[in-house]
Amino acid sequence: MGERWIGRPLKRVEDAHLLTGRGAFIDDHPPVPGVHHAAIVRSPHAHARILGYDVSAALRMEGVVGVITGDDVARHTKPFSVGVAAPVHYYCAATDKARFVGEPVAVVVARDRYLAEDAAEAVVVHYEPLPAVVDPEKALEPGAPVLHEAVGSNLASHRRLVYGDPERAFAEADVVVRERFRFPKYGSTPIETYGVLARWDPLEGVLTVWSNFMGPFIMHPLTARVLGLPENRLRFVVPPDIGGSFGIKTSIYPYIALIGLAAMRTGLPVKWIEDRREHLLASSSGTDRVAYRELAARRDGTVLGMRFRWFDNVGGYIRSPEPGCSFRPTGNFVGPYRFQHLEVEASTVMTNKSLTGPNRGYACGHLYFETEGMMDRLAETLGMDPAEVRRRNLIPRDAFPYRTPTGGLYDSGDYQAAFDRALELARYGELRREQARARAAGRLYGIGLALAVDPSVSNMGYVATALDPQFRAKPEYLPKSGAVDGATIKVDPLGRVTVVMATTPQGQGHRTVVAQVVADELGIRPEDVTVVDEMDTFTRFWSISSGTYSSRFGSVGTSAAALAARKLKAKLVEYAAHLMEVPAGDLEFRDGGVHPRRGKGPSYSIKDLAGRAHWHTQSLPEGMEPGLQVSGVFGFRVAEAVDAADRVNSSNTYGFIAEVMAVEVDPETAVIKILKYVTVHDAGTIINPMIAEGQIYGGALHGLGGALYEELAYDEDGQLLTGTFMDYLVPTASEAPVIEIAHVESPSPLTPLGSKGLGESSSMTVPAVVANAVSDALAPLGVRITELPMAPSRLWELIQAARAGAVARSTP
Amino acid sequence: MSVPVTVRLTVNGVPREGRCEPRKLLVDFLREDLGLTGTHVGCEHGICGACTILLDGQAARSCLMLAVQADGAEITTVEGLARDGGLHPLQEAFHEHHGLQCGFCTPGMLMTALDLLRVKPDADEAEIRAGMSAVLCRCTGYHGIIEAVKAAARKLARSATEGRT
Repeated sequence: MGERWIGRPLKRVEDAHLLTGRGAFIDDHPPVPGVHHAAIVRSPHAHARILGYDVSAALRMEGVVGVITGDDVARHTKPFSVGVAAPVHYYCAATDKARFVGEPVAVVVARDRYLAEDAAEAVVVHYEPLPAVVDPEKALEPGAPVLHEAVGSNLASHRRLVYGDPERAFAEADVVVRERFRFPKYGSTPIETYGVLARWDPLEGVLTVWSNFMGPFIMHPLTARVLGLPENRLRFVVPPDIGGSFGIKTSIYPYIALIGLAAMRTGLPVKWIEDRREHLLASSSGTDRVAYRELAARRDGTVLGMRFRWFDNVGGYIRSPEPGCSFRPTGNFVGPYRFQHLEVEASTVMTNKSLTGPNRGYACGHLYFETEGMMDRLAETLGMDPAEVRRRNLIPRDAFPYRTPTGGLYDSGDYQAAFDRALELARYGELRREQARARAAGRLYGIGLALAVDPSVSNMGYVATALDPQFRAKPEYLPKSGAVDGATIKVDPLGRVTVVMATTPQGQGHRTVVAQVVADELGIRPEDVTVVDEMDTFTRFWSISSGTYSSRFGSVGTSAAALAARKLKAKLVEYAAHLMEVPAGDLEFRDGGVHPRRGKGPSYSIKDLAGRAHWHTQSLPEGMEPGLQVSGVFGFRVAEAVDAADRVNSSNTYGFIAEVMAVEVDPETAVIKILKYVTVHDAGTIINPMIAEGQIYGGALHGLGGALYEELAYDEDGQLLTGTFMDYLVPTASEAPVIEIAHVESPSPLTPLGSKGLGESSSMTVPAVVANAVSDALAPLGVRITELPMAPSRLWELIQAARAGAVARSTP
Repeated sequence: MSVPVTVRLTVNGVPREGRCEPRKLLVDFLREDLGLTGTHVGCEHGICGACTILLDGQAARSCLMLAVQADGAEITTVEGLARDGGLHPLQEAFHEHHGLQCGFCTPGMLMTALDLLRVKPDADEAEIRAGMSAVLCRCTGYHGIIEAVKAAARKLARSATEGRT
């Protein structure tokens, strides 16, 4: 057995070009002859009827070659399909009304971006401003301004999902705990903004679009339909480098359609690079949510059931894959706990805010902020330790693979061991003693816990949970399911190995990881494996679920690479058996070549076989396909369509996260100081621990941003208040906490390598663990965190109000 | 459009010249007119720091100044860091310590770190964190970046000592 590369912190092959200024990001794309530049005119109103356009002045300006307005969009494109039954007409730009500030209303195309911006200011749009609504609960009140007249209300979708017998669980409970939570609207704001370059070739009828789109490639056929193009006449090319995405660049596709339309109408290649203000105004973010939670438990701390009532705010239009904000975690709604009775009432509401979509930890940051907050409230109600309450409810080790009441299939895990490891690393008992000492001295010291099931590789079938079972039962309804990825391995005549992937990486080091996987499979060194990872829908394998999102690469992408390598090995063994005139069963592939299973004998290296196979095809056995190139497409059989009882295995592999945090809150300034933060992850087999931990550090800081600093805040009229990085506060190196990371490995039985995903990782637990730690710190004042972000001003007000209340109570 | 002006400057030791509108940003001039796409644009309002370059030896935001203002200046961009076919110690340290993921903020990080370690070669961790907080990164959580700058500081200090003896 040769050296093993999986499990080693190999340095990245991606680094050299990125460190030397030779990255190939969308804005660095080599100039396309005749390229022109777009500037987008955006609505200054949160809600307004568009009465007309006057583009004559803009068209007269220097360098301007065309202006596209909502009229062109209405005439030449179709609205995008949406994931709900409500008749929401979502075009790539406003046609009848503008429904949020920053919504595109026109596009100016000019010789350069400066001239395009000049002319954009000269485009006149006549508006009739309408009343706006931004709060998801107020938007459902009678008399609220209605965004979409065809829908008749602002409710895009409403589902009531019932699992088990929640009614009875609540009736039989010793205690019921209730709380209302608010989760903020924030986005991961990748430092590289959106970018699209579109070229229309009228004679071939092909639209080529280069963009930093990250998938899922379901958006490709949706966009083709919008533009009226056959799918094989729409070419998506993704540059080798994407400057971060974290879910946000899923939602670039309306701009692909809009800039594609501009290229088709002007007959010129058109480039548009989003600026930061546009990004904050109108790219994508997670939803803000109002949640009402109820938890039923026995006196001993056993949770019997829960009720979730959600109001998810998707902004001016529901844009696919929303309402994933509600349903992405369907299979893991219950988290790591074994209760069986659950009711979920999910309302997806449209208001005059910008549109939403996947954002790192998609829907899970919300879910665990609420659930883990409820576990602490239960502990407090029962006078139990929060660790003990959680321990009593964990799914036990011997229950895996575990089918959740909502249809999830947790493939492997040892939640107790990972939790114990976190408590031990944090020295939980010592932290509690320290807290007692601090409290005795009048300090606000708190300890928070958070546990989460970390779902990876979304099953495309989950989105149909948004539709009624009656709708899904119609004969014309086509069920949906699946999660696949592909890899091709080629061996050249001198025996060198190239792997071709199309996973749209955004900084996760896919080329390095694939080289490790294939090196292990073939018994060669990673530096001898060249990995090309570039998406081009005309030349690469892709399917509906392709892309890098929902933490999928570590699970499905690596599986495809391993599968292709195994198919190549089988072919090499068969070929060598033919050359050696022995049965293939007597041979095996190891250490970079084909060897006899037992005893000594001749062997063939990959190089030997490659030379013969390429130079002398006559030497191939009868019926063997020439060429040493194999493709593997890996798919999960457990990715099934949602059933009639709304059960769905919404992801394919499920990891686990256990976190402990200790904080101190300054009673005068309300500044939160993180004293200790431990995070333990179980993502199955770890292929490259350096890259895995990089994901955890990054994910944790995203969660911290949402918990403490970041919010796309709007006033009541729907104006964005945080439109620059001076107001939208992204954590810097000074805010980054010290993080202690540990791993527990429960290999997945579903993947060839036992790996699972962990790209989203602590982004989904940090909001919960910080909120719980701060609530614990403020417990002596009677303050509980129910709303994020915990900006010092908000926290200070809570502290002041609690003190005033205490004073009022003690005054006769 | 106003009359184009000629801008002459030295970039990475090489005299360069271009003609552009007086309103053209320095970063756009570097990227579009000189073809130096290593310097990135992240916010165009001076906060994210992705466009940081050295202007006459000091870190500066190339999105906050015009190309004409840099006429006659000496500029170093990320393309000028590696010399003689080898990586700069800072680049090596970023590679060793996983100080980059997507690599988009990296040019700004490297140029900022270069300036920081020039001004304060013995910076401690808190000073490094404060100094590097001039550039935003959304991938790494800053852990690898801070480790890389600490390691580069040690390495540069060692080579400076060796240079003196």
